[in-house]
Amino acid sequence: MHSHGKLSRRTVLQGMLLAAAASALPPLDTLAQEEKPGTRPIPSTGERLPAVGLGSWITFNVGNDPVLLAECTAVMEHFFQGGGRMIDSSPMYGSSQATIGHGLRQLGAVDQVFSTDKVWTSDADSGPAQIEESRAEWGVPRFDLLQVHNLVAWQAHLKTLFEMKEAGEVRYVGITTSHGRRHDRFERIMRNEPLDFVQLTYNVVDREAEQRLLPLARERGIGVIVNRPFQQGRLTERLASEPLPAWAEEVGAESWAQFILKFIISHPAVTCAIPATTRVDHVRENMAAIGPPLPDDAMRQRMAAYVRDL
Amino acid sequence: MSGVMSEWWTYRAEDFLLFSPRVYWRLIELHNQALWPWQLLALLLGVLILASMLRPRPWSDRLIAALLAAAWVFVAWNFLWQHYATINWAMVYVVPLFVLQALLLVGIGTLKGDLSMPARWSIPRILGIALFLHALLLHPLLPAYAGRSISTAEVFGIFPDPLAIATLGMLTAAIPRHRAWPLLVIPGLWCLLSWLTLDTMEVRGAWVPLLAVVAAIAGRLWPRAR
Ligand SMILES: NC(=O)c1ccc[n+]([C@@H]2O[C@H](COP(=O)([O-])OP(=O)(O)OC[C@H]3O[C@@H](n4cnc5c(N)ncnc54)[C@H](OP(=O)(O)O)[C@@H]3O)[C@@H](O)[C@H]2O)c1
Repeated sequence: MHSHGKLSRRTVLQGMLLAAAASALPPLDTLAQEEKPGTRPIPSTGERLPAVGLGSWITFNVGNDPVLLAECTAVMEHFFQGGGRMIDSSPMYGSSQATIGHGLRQLGAVDQVFSTDKVWTSDADSGPAQIEESRAEWGVPRFDLLQVHNLVAWQAHLKTLFEMKEAGEVRYVGITTSHGRRHDRFERIMRNEPLDFVQLTYNVVDREAEQRLLPLARERGIGVIVNRPFQQGRLTERLASEPLPAWAEEVGAESWAQFILKFIISHPAVTCAIPATTRVDHVRENMAAIGPPLPDDAMRQRMAAYVRDL
Repeated sequence: MSGVMSEWWTYRAEDFLLFSPRVYWRLIELHNQALWPWQLLALLLGVLILASMLRPRPWSDRLIAALLAAAWVFVAWNFLWQHYATINWAMVYVVPLFVLQALLLVGIGTLKGDLSMPARWSIPRILGIALFLHALLLHPLLPAYAGRSISTAEVFGIFPDPLAIATLGMLTAAIPRHRAWPLLVIPGLWCLLSWLTLDTMEVRGAWVPLLAVVAAIAGRLWPRAR
């Protein structure tokens, strides 16, 4: 009880100080990015993030292969050039964290990246050690966002992450799922925990999240990161042989990848989509999708119906 | 737990594949380049084992087990631990099994001398020698069949697939058969894992390690000639 009282007193004090500072002058970051097209505010702070990020599952797991490491660095370089910030990884993704660390060092981009990683271990006690290992692989002073990967041991890990946030060792806290799995539990956690972000699968054909999770995220002020925008490439491959509708140019989509990304990031609950790629031309294409024009709701329905009927 | 149980069937094999085929074959290729020309020595040792299987001598059974054990340790350390593990963290759990296989080979084969190569032809012996021959000579040629560069050739003693298949071959031929069974488990499991990996990558010839397991089990279960 005692320590709890102390904790909340500190939180209240911090909150008052922050509120005072915020009313006096908005944070520089927010001001600078306010006008940037293609950014979205993180609901819990208002800090703005580019609406397209970069995933690293499979694509960045290249081991020590120098040629492939250089290719990944080039992808990161064009990602940053295109205005990107959020890179997502996990200790589950083989050497991907080390690849990102390599790229950040080569590009001197540690300050540019919005570092997003996960904790993924069923042994709750080894969470902090795993996070520290991940941080060292990235070579960042601290992570911007840490998420509980696929809700593995989520109670214990969330506790750790909230404590880290309190201590200033991470800026945002979230949870992830994919493939439409575990949405019931996901929803319960979203209702009960003070999350900054959730990460889930959503695209022009996998639309289950529209039912409950996306509206709930808006209601609760939780940022949404969208994984598997292209169904790990299956969707873009399938659509490759189909013609883009003539009206795609009305939303500024020059390719199926852009068509899909624009569909995703135009959902009002979505903060950011995180396609993964090994290719410079693809990362450029994906980053180019963040700008206007974006579809309105009627157009979004039309886009989804078009793909469904192909 | 119930959540895990109810969602397991939504997974496909490709959800567990951590790397792309391109990364995998480049890993093999770079490993081959780094080791060249030691592949030749490994092949030579393989020929020595094969010769000892065809014409067993009093000392050769223990030697075969010792050479295979050395290869299991070498492949575990050199390929699995130092290279494959960089793209596949599951190898951290596989390496101890490879070392265990080496210990079993040394314990049962070399120290106790409980594994003998038969001198007379039988179905198990034919299958065993065929498996060993495949591992030694045909397996490195699979890239030609699969449409890959020969620089991705997997040679006995350097890469786990031909090593596991060769070991299955030796154990399929070995007598008495009840001594061979416990040693079949780890190479058999490796071949199944490899089959799943290659099949998920849609590699032509992915069925080869699976066929090796089937052949080994068939050979071991073959009714004894009277
Ligand atoms: N449970 C979780 O926490 C979870 C689960 C799944 C994913 N994620 C995260 O979400 C990220 C994205 O998901 P994902 O990687 O599974 O799938 P994805 O982003 O939907 O698809 C990646 C594939 O799309 C292709 N691609 C990318 N840009 C393209 C373009 N412009 N045109 C055509 N093809 C393109 C890429 O191939 P090329 O290399 O040829 O471009 C790549 O193979 C992951 O990397 C990971 O960070 C998290």
